[in-house]
Amino acid sequence: MGEPDGRALTAPVFRERFGIDPRALDSAFSHALERPLDYADLFFEYTTRDAVSLEEGIVKSGSRAVDQGVGVRAQSGERQGYAHSDEITIESLKLAAGAARAIAEGSSKTRKVALRAARRPALDLYPLAQAPTDVPIDTKVRLLQEIDAYARGRDPRIAQVMASLSCEERQLMIAASDGTWVTDVQPLVILRVQVIAQQGARRETGSQGAGGRYSLEQLLDPAAWRSQVDEAVRLALTNLESVSCPAGTMDVVLGPGWPGILLHEAVGHGLEGDFNRKKTSAFADRIGQRVAAPGVTVIDDGTIASRRGSLNVDDEGTPTGRTVLIEDGVLVGYMQDRLNARLMGMKPTGNGRRESYQHLPMPRMTNTFMLAGEDDPEEILRSVKNGLYAVSFSGGQVDITSGKFVFSASEAYRIEDGKLGAPVKGATLIGNGPDVLQRVTRIGSDLKLDPGVGTCGKDGQGVPVGVGQPTLRIDGITVGGTEG
Amino acid sequence: MESARDLVGFALERARAAGAFQAEASLYAGEAFETRVRTREIDFVKQSREQGLSVRVFCGGRGGLSSAGTRTSDLSRDTIARTAADAVALARATVPDVCAGLPDGGFASEIPELELFDPGDRPFDPGSRIAAARAMESAAHAVDSRIGDSEGSQASSSFGEITYGNSAGFLAGYGSAHHAIVAESLARGDSGMQRDAWYSSARRWAGLEPADAVGRRAAERALRRLGARRVPTCEVPVIFDPVTAPGLLRMLAGCASGYAIYRGTSFLAGKLGLKIASSAVTIVDDPHLRGGLGSKPFDGEGLPTRRNVLVERGRLASYVLDTYSARKLGLQSTGNGVRGGGASTTNLWLEPGKKSPAEILTSTPRGLYVTELIGQGFNPVTGDYSRGAAGMWIENGELAYPVEEITIAGNLAQMLCDIDAIGNDLLWLGATAAPTVRISRMTVAGE
Repeated sequence: MGEPDGRALTAPVFRERFGIDPRALDSAFSHALERPLDYADLFFEYTTRDAVSLEEGIVKSGSRAVDQGVGVRAQSGERQGYAHSDEITIESLKLAAGAARAIAEGSSKTRKVALRAARRPALDLYPLAQAPTDVPIDTKVRLLQEIDAYARGRDPRIAQVMASLSCEERQLMIAASDGTWVTDVQPLVILRVQVIAQQGARRETGSQGAGGRYSLEQLLDPAAWRSQVDEAVRLALTNLESVSCPAGTMDVVLGPGWPGILLHEAVGHGLEGDFNRKKTSAFADRIGQRVAAPGVTVIDDGTIASRRGSLNVDDEGTPTGRTVLIEDGVLVGYMQDRLNARLMGMKPTGNGRRESYQHLPMPRMTNTFMLAGEDDPEEILRSVKNGLYAVSFSGGQVDITSGKFVFSASEAYRIEDGKLGAPVKGATLIGNGPDVLQRVTRIGSDLKLDPGVGTCGKDGQGVPVGVGQPTLRIDGITVGGTEG
Repeated sequence: MESARDLVGFALERARAAGAFQAEASLYAGEAFETRVRTREIDFVKQSREQGLSVRVFCGGRGGLSSAGTRTSDLSRDTIARTAADAVALARATVPDVCAGLPDGGFASEIPELELFDPGDRPFDPGSRIAAARAMESAAHAVDSRIGDSEGSQASSSFGEITYGNSAGFLAGYGSAHHAIVAESLARGDSGMQRDAWYSSARRWAGLEPADAVGRRAAERALRRLGARRVPTCEVPVIFDPVTAPGLLRMLAGCASGYAIYRGTSFLAGKLGLKIASSAVTIVDDPHLRGGLGSKPFDGEGLPTRRNVLVERGRLASYVLDTYSARKLGLQSTGNGVRGGGASTTNLWLEPGKKSPAEILTSTPRGLYVTELIGQGFNPVTGDYSRGAAGMWIENGELAYPVEEITIAGNLAQMLCDIDAIGNDLLWLGATAAPTVRISRMTVAGE
């Protein structure tokens, strides 16, 4: 393996441990490409995960897992054949290549594979001195115990503290029939804290997470985790005072950061290449049309250093990028993987992602956010006579075809005469993707990205993502509460 | 590959040699086939082999046992030995717990034959799966000219063998299969596009509904959503169809899990033996249904599985327990242990009532008939419930027109008490099943 840019190659595990060298790759490709195909690729993965969790004041259990395997894909026209195995051996690779080829057979032209020298991605968004999975378990156990003691000390009403710390290191090697040959090592950490507050017979919960592709030290910093715990405690105590949520159509102000899940559900999925090639998306054939209010610019950017949704290369070996989806309210771009880009005559955008070697890649989001506007966030709140201020959300879902989406608030307040009123119980907001961003009437100057906790599900595959937005006012959105 | 039993035995021996007081290990080996047809062409075909070995150990400590679990998909003996030793090292770093450990005894001595696979289904024949996917798509297209190309129709088959053993001497295994066909349909009307789906799943390929019937049903469901509108915000009776009603059971079962109970993260904590639902409600969990999608001959800890009544005529009769959560609550395991820790139900259903779904409809002058729910708006601590819904509006006891972009909200504790009609149409689409259910009053948010 060459080292053209002078940096040591990452993910040596595939060569050192499994003997996958250029000759093994050539042999797999010659099996896959024995009959004519448009494209073939090999995806090697060696992922180590560990987790510790705490409840009732003690770290009761720890876990560690190693998932390894290889997926072989062959494409012919729109047809894809895929085979994967948990065994990384030259024999299993040949078998998988044969199976993938057989099922994607077509009338395409064969291509001779000439792998370029193996390389590291040009981007280096998450360089780490030590993999988070290599940090000793004792350090992780100690952190959770400190969190427990701190959370209980915040307020006597805190009745239960649950915390978990999960670390991951994903080593990848991707080789494709167009000569692509790239390796990457992707770290990921996440710390979750949930507390239960009790007052009389009433119990309420509050939770807060944080994470990204960065070192464990960053999570171990007391200033960082204390503010995370403070936030979980504040939420639980706030919820103790919450009243029933109003139901009906009203003007809503969304806080900055995590409420950007709105963009992910309302427009993000609908702008993934596969749904638009198949014209099953409510946004199909709408490039160049107005889909949002003037001033609304939405971007998907996989190149932000250390973010949970960022990647040096996607799971097809394409460098990630910054893709403008909506510019000043007009739809300008889709997110693409290689298959859909080829079939639509567009360029891959570095959005071809998969949960693991057990899955086919699809167009997926990375970090999706709206750029800041010019309005003062406080002034935006004051501008609403009666409505809802939603600050934190627990999740969402979308029907791509009808465009209907929901997202569930975990912290929200009534707005009465431009002032913040009582906190309300979890409400669901529902709307129509192609319509909701046209109802944006104010855009705050306070763009914020989420704390690094999002996982997006599509077709049964979960991948880490990020979202973000400034404070927004959206007029006439349906709020699903119980108070008519 | 070496025999699964030998490898499980080897993992247990290595765990003990590394210093574990108790250990359990399970090995999974399986294969799967999946295909999708779209626009009458194969979209993808996927084949796979999977394997994995999990080890959980309990180590002695002051005042109890500390535990940890590890997993590997590399089944070489040296990796298994390292995986077992890693588990012991991890367990030594965690805190001893008086309730942790293997069950005290009472392991399954007989393994009931539950017909969880058909040996004749393997090796999986790709041709019949592709044919089923094609048949669903063409049947859907034949229903109406407004049915267009969708994301596609899928067929899948998987088979796996699980072998479980522990240091108390239990060692057993069983094989099970899962076959499914899923039709997705897309209807194009003047007012836009709508999609819907229908599916069938079974332990035997021959046990699936005919593919053309599944395709037609998907098309009919998509068509009836065309022209959906919103309704004004109101309080009305809400009818859940047999597709959406099982979701209520899954939420209830999650809240009845011993873990949620002892942690205090469930609105059902402390309610054992009390009335929690309308007296029309009886909910049963039975792991021994032949060919059942949730059937299990023994649980994840090697204990015999058994029929449990969760809710009996409205009274919470049992929690869902494994050994650990049962010890925390001073109760006995209900045989609902999950491998690696946790508790969950098997085949769970709401006992059907006497009324037909048509009778329930005609006795509802005005309300909402829910056919799809989206979003995760449920808080198990409080029972607060608020989800996006789509379905049909009911006027004068009849389905009048399709509705969408609305939400339904309430509190599960109150909703269970407000169940005032249960249909006779119990429908098994998965491991949790329910007939048509009516809740007398919920808030519908719309215009």
